[in-house]
Formats: sequence, C-alpha cells, structure tokens
Amino acid sequence: MSVDAKQAPREAGRAAVVQMRGISVEFPGVKALQEVDFRLLPGEVHALMGENGAGKSTLIKALTGVYTPTAGVTLLDGREVSFSGPADAQDSGISTVYQEVNLCPNLTVAENILLGREPRRFGAVDGRACRARAAELLADMGLHIDPGSVLAEHPIAIQQLVAIARAVAVDAKVLILDEPTSSLDQDEVAELFRIMRVLRDRGVAILFVSHFLEQVYEISDRMTVLRNGRLVGEHLTADLSRLDLVSLMIGRELGALAEVERLAGQAGEEASTVPVLQATGVGRKGSVAPFDLQINRGEVVGLAGLLGSGRTELARLLFGADRPDSGQVRIDGKALHLRSPRAAIAAGIAYCSEDRKGEGVVADLSIRDNLILAMQAANGWARPIPRKTKDQLVEKWIKALDIRPADPDALVGKLSGGNQQKVLLARWLITKPKVLILDEPTRGIDIGAKTQIQKLVAELAQEGMAVVYISAELEEVARLSHRVVVMKDRSKIAELDQHATVDDIMRLIAHVDERSEAVAA
Amino acid sequence: MTSTRPLDRFRSSPLLWPLVALVVLLAANAVVRPSFLALRFQDGHLYGSLVDILKNGAPTLLIALGMCLVIATRGIDLSVGAVVAIAGAVACSSIVGAGDPTSAKAAFVGMGLALALCAVLGLWNGFLVAALRIQPIIATLVLMTAGRGIAMLITDGQIITVRNPTFRTVGAGFLLLPVSILIAVAVFVLVAIVTRKTALGLLIESVGINPEASRLAGLRSRTIRWTVYVFAAICAGIAGLMISSNVSAADANNAGLWIEMDAILAVVIGGTSLAGGRYSLAGTLLGALIIQTLTTTVYSMGIAPEITLVFKAVVVIAVCLLQAPKVRAVLLRRTPRRPARPVSDAEPAAAQHAQTPTASMVEKVAQS
Repeated sequence: MSVDAKQAPREAGRAAVVQMRGISVEFPGVKALQEVDFRLLPGEVHALMGENGAGKSTLIKALTGVYTPTAGVTLLDGREVSFSGPADAQDSGISTVYQEVNLCPNLTVAENILLGREPRRFGAVDGRACRARAAELLADMGLHIDPGSVLAEHPIAIQQLVAIARAVAVDAKVLILDEPTSSLDQDEVAELFRIMRVLRDRGVAILFVSHFLEQVYEISDRMTVLRNGRLVGEHLTADLSRLDLVSLMIGRELGALAEVERLAGQAGEEASTVPVLQATGVGRKGSVAPFDLQINRGEVVGLAGLLGSGRTELARLLFGADRPDSGQVRIDGKALHLRSPRAAIAAGIAYCSEDRKGEGVVADLSIRDNLILAMQAANGWARPIPRKTKDQLVEKWIKALDIRPADPDALVGKLSGGNQQKVLLARWLITKPKVLILDEPTRGIDIGAKTQIQKLVAELAQEGMAVVYISAELEEVARLSHRVVVMKDRSKIAELDQHATVDDIMRLIAHVDERSEAVAA
Repeated sequence: MTSTRPLDRFRSSPLLWPLVALVVLLAANAVVRPSFLALRFQDGHLYGSLVDILKNGAPTLLIALGMCLVIATRGIDLSVGAVVAIAGAVACSSIVGAGDPTSAKAAFVGMGLALALCAVLGLWNGFLVAALRIQPIIATLVLMTAGRGIAMLITDGQIITVRNPTFRTVGAGFLLLPVSILIAVAVFVLVAIVTRKTALGLLIESVGINPEASRLAGLRSRTIRWTVYVFAAICAGIAGLMISSNVSAADANNAGLWIEMDAILAVVIGGTSLAGGRYSLAGTLLGALIIQTLTTTVYSMGIAPEITLVFKAVVVIAVCLLQAPKVRAVLLRRTPRRPARPVSDAEPAAAQHAQTPTASMVEKVAQS
C-alpha cells in the first residue's frame, strides 16, 4: 500500500484546520521564529521536525497561546484566532499532550480524564456517570483499564494514553503530541500509534513531535522541517528520504555520523582483553536476576532490551545506586563493596542516569557548580577546589563538549536537554573514571548533540575507558558497541560480539517471547 | 551575565528589599522618637536603642542561622524553641546543683552539659529526618512538643533562678558591646567562612535542590542533612543560654516560645526559599534584624499588644511581596529602563529573579 495513494485524496478534499502565516516570535535579543508558515489538515498526522532550538516548541506555544507572535496570523477553520493560553486554545478544540505526563497521580483514571468538566448531579460530582463516561472514552480508544483505579498504579505508558484520552475528551479537532514516545517501549509505542491512527481516521488533525526518526516515518503523513527558527520545507513523508530529512534538519552533510562508524570500527580492533570490571553473580531480589559481566579496557559494552527488561536496574547495581544483595564486583581485580554510589565513584565507576532532570543535573546550580560537583564530593567538603583550577576545568570542558551557552554562571536548569547531558557527562569525565555507565545518554536530544555524544563515547573507548552504553535505540547500541548484552524480563539472556546486528538483538528478544508463548499454549 | 553597573546589580539583588524594609523601619522609629538613633558611651559600655535591638535580636539571629542551613537542605526545624528551653533548664539546674553555684567552674560545666545535650537532641532530629526519612516538619514536631515537657521535668516545673556572674556574662555581660551580640557575630562569621570558603555550602545547596542527583554524584546526602540538624540544635542551645543568662533564670514554659516562627520568618524574609536550595546568610541576618526591629518598634510606638502580632504579619507579607518578581517589576517600571541597560543584560537578570523560589511562591499565592 503506497502512502501516496492514501495521501492524495485526503489532501485534495479538505481545507486546512489550522493555518499559520508569517509567524514570528521574538524574545529580547532572540528571534525564536521568523516568518514561519504552517498548516495542518484534518485527518493527518503531521510531524514537526527540527533540532533542539529549531523552534518546534515555540511554534507549538505560539499556536496554543502560550506566546503571542510578534507578527503573522493564525487561522482556525478559516477564522483568525488569538488565544490567551492553552486553556483558551483547548476550548476551541486544540488539545496538547506534553512529554511529561501532566496529570494528578493520586486521582483515579476517570477523575483525571474528566477533571474540571465532571458530569454533575444536584450540583455534586456524579461519580458513577463520571466513571461511565471515562470508560466509554477509554473503550473508544481500545484501552481496557478500570476507570476507577488510581492513575499512579499504571505504568507511565498507560498514563500517557490517559493524558491523550483527556485531550480528546473535549472533542479536539487538533491534537498536539509533544514527544509522547520518549519514555515508552516498543509495544507501548505501537499501542500509541494504533490510537493515533484511530483518531486520525476520525478526522482529528494530529501534530506530532518526536526525535525518533523511525517513529516519524512510521506514523506521519506529512512533515514540516524547521531550522534556526525558519521554515526549511514541508514535505510528504513518503517523498523525503531519511538522509534528506536529516540534512534538512542539521543543514550539513552526514559526515559526522560516518565518523562515528569509523571510530567505533577502529576502537573495535583495538579493544583489549584486559578486564576492568568483573561482576560475578551480582543481583538483587525483585530487581535483576544474578548475572556475570566483564568489561574490558577500551571497550564499549551495549545493554539492549526493552523498557523494563532490567537494563537500567543492572546499571544501578553496578554503581551501587541500589545495593546488590548477591555476587561480587571487582575493579582491576580488587573486590569492591558496593554499599553506595560514593564507594563506586571512589573505585572509578561513573553513572549517568536516564532521568537527567531527576537524578542527573542539579537544576538550580550553575554550569560551573554542576561540572565540579562529583569531583568536589570525592574531595570532601573541607578541601574546596581552588577557584583557578575550577575555572580552568570548567573552561576546558565547556569547550571540549561544546556546551551552550558557554557561560559558566548559567543555571543548568535553563539549558536544553542535549546541553544538560553534556554537563552531566563532563561532570564525570572530570573525575577520570575507569568505567563509565551511560543510561540513555541520547534520549530526547537533538541529532547534532546526539552525534557529538556518540562520537565522544567512541573516542573515550579508544583512549582506554570502559563504557557501558544503554539505549532504547538498538541501531545506536549495535553501532557503538564491541559487545552487546541482551536483557529480557530482568535477566541477562545473551551476549553478542561486535558483529551483532539489530536483527540479531531483536530475534533474541523475540525468541524468548515465542518460547514462553509456546509454553503458555 | 551579571550587569557590570553597581547600581543595577544592587537593584537586582535579592537583598535590596529586606534592606529597604529595615531602613524604613529604623527611620520610622527615628521620626517618632528622635533619641532612637542616639548612642551613649558610659562606663566603657555602649548603650542605645540600636544596641538593644542587636542584643535582643542575637538569639533570633543564632537560631535563624541554624534554621537557614536546615531549610537549605529542604528541611525545617520546629523544635528549636523547645531546645532553647531545655538548654536553659539544664544549665541552670546544673549550676544550682553544683558545690559552689557562683563559681566559674559551675557555669562552664552547666553550659557544657547544656550544649552537649542540645547536640544529642540535634542528632535525634537528624536521625528521624535523614535516617528514618520522616518528613522534617513532623519529625521536629516530636521534639517541639516533647521538648518543653523535658524542660519541665528538668526544672521540676519551677522557674529556677541562679546567681552566677560567669553565667550572667553570656546574656547580660558587656565587652564594649553586649557579649551576646559578640557571640552572635562570631557564630555568623564562623558559619559564613565554613560554608562559603569551603565547599560545604555548595554541597548543602546541591542536596537541597536535588537530593537524589546529589547522592548519585557521590555526595554524602544523609550525613549532610544530619549535620545541619545538629548545628541548628547547637545554635538553639547557645541562644537558650543567652536567654536564660539574661534573666538569670530558666523558665521551661516561656523561654524561646514561638522563636522558631521568628527564625523561619527571618530566613524567608532574607530570600531563602522554603523549597530548599540556594540560601543567603546575609539575607538571614537582615531578616533577623527586621524581626527584632519590628518587635522593638511595636513596643516603642506604643502599639497595643493585641494588634502587635497582626502588625508583624502585615510587615512580613509586605517584605515577601516586595521580593516577588511581578511586584518588583511594577515598582521598578517608573524608572527609565531601556536606555539605562542593554536588553540582553536585563533579561537573564530577570530570569534569575524568577528562580528565587520564595518570590515565586508568593507570586503563586498572589495569583490564586
């Protein structure tokens, strides 16, 4: 089935539900958007593409009334509109679901869906009608969960879908999904896409923002590409190759990616067999089944598996963030008692959490303080790093990792995701670790920063650092790793060598599925 | 990022409005009672209303210093008032029970005992908060309630009076200035040096802003939180010695009553957020002075005792509002803005204000 065939008639018959013309948004000293045109047709999934800082969020915020454009007009169903805020936009049929679930975890699913517009009886909220209406909406989306259950009991993915149910409960004409998939695993993404298609076929116009190219190609009908606040082009998804898209987004050739491949390849030849970290029978009840793992000098070991497979849990055990209750870890042959992250750090292990905001950077501190935090903690409070040394280190690493803004006094909370990740990486690199554990270092960051970080990992390995690399993107793991450890259902199921392909990994994960299904049958 | 013009930097400093409030209060006093600003030098001692304010404010300042660090780690210590009572009770009953109740030795033993017990009480608070992970407001409520009971047990429910010249020096003595002022200043300087010249301040702030990220960066989050409660209790202990020494008596019921509220207010007025993180010692100092000046003003202006607390509340709300970015924006609008400073400079500075959580909290309240 060709996408073109489906596309053409849909486009021909319908007027755009949203039309933005010549939109500019300016902040003092910054032109965030410059004369951008954008249109959204009913019954399509429209991907908004661009690097971090390209203006995607700004465009969405200009559409939903968070920002007031300094120039340009916005038409909704042909009428000029100007919203005072997201609530106002929602009243006109434009609903937004954000990357982080913005619901009340301690209320029930039904209450969350209908919050603020509950059915009433004699002036009081009618709980029964509320649940019935919610059940109807959920069934409509093919979601079978108890509307009376508390939201927090459900996994993040379901919560995300509940947020979407809430968004469409107001008969949205336009649904904006800002990075909805960044915390979902593959099955959950499939479920989300199924629901998106249901809504699309019902005539809802969906604006979709995602950093995952594969997902964009799977779900979207059309895409608009932004770069540096300007419109680069609008294309049918089927007409634009991935390579062309990436070139449009970053405005340069893909030499950098090729470089990563080359470096990773070289490092592969040079990876030694000198073990740095040896884990034997390490595990923790309810977290990860006991596993053996050896990581050599100059080696990148990838951890692959679905969300919830135990890949993060394994990393946390190696770092002492959770205390293992069995097994032993040796660093350079010396046994290590992993009672706290502090002990792990002292032995030369560093860990970048997948939860950058919650467990990584300290948002209200400056770039300078964040960079030296781990080193200072290792030194102890009584031995402050001298101002001069501090400035030299900070200047060096801001430059080396191209952290922007290059202002040591800027608060880290104000930086983009990619730059926060770089700050976190630099914080550890300053401590010169022997083993660097990276959990989803490239999630939710733009392709430019992504490439830089992958390149850095390859270089670090080449210099002799042992790296554990966790990513939901199997291509990334396969490309960077000398060895791939496959996780499934909270245990290590296989270890593949350098020639492992994405298919190999997928087959391993799926194979266990088949077997367990066979047993079930 | 920071503006280079001193005036602009001053105008954007979070300390500006507390300072303005203090100056206004002092000026109001001077207008009502011209002798207010007068200082007299007599018998080698300095006298005057300003000295009185500093002297009476010393215990509040000490407690506010401890409270400031506790609040910076996202905690709060409600038990300081009770610890004040316990410190006084232990010191006085020990002195009274000594072989020679007037000797210097008795005084030092009594005070040493009192501070040691306060440190233990701080360990207890820290244990509940840092080790058992009980919410600080509940954990310290335990000692707030039980503490006065303990003080009553120690004093047998009586007000114990002592006659010990050495002990009396702490709260009522003079060394040009009242000794209590010198002690408070010494502790202030000590805290400033220990937290700002070492990395301790950074680590405390880091733990307060993001405890889990701090733990994963290798900080001893638990030890740091534990330590600040011990420090707060010792500060409260010293304040308790001052208060009971000043009247040469231990009053388990009334010593340090509601002083935890004054201390928390001082910290908040000084621009440190109850949400933890960035703290300001200078702000806390200003806050404590404002609180004490207010109290003095209320008395000296003859405001009826019934409305004293309401008056205090009004001033506190005013100072907090003045710290809210929105209110400040309205107030500063009159001054010429664009020509004075480049836009690129002004904006990040404004963004930093929005980061002051106290101010944004007030702003939220104002909005709702």
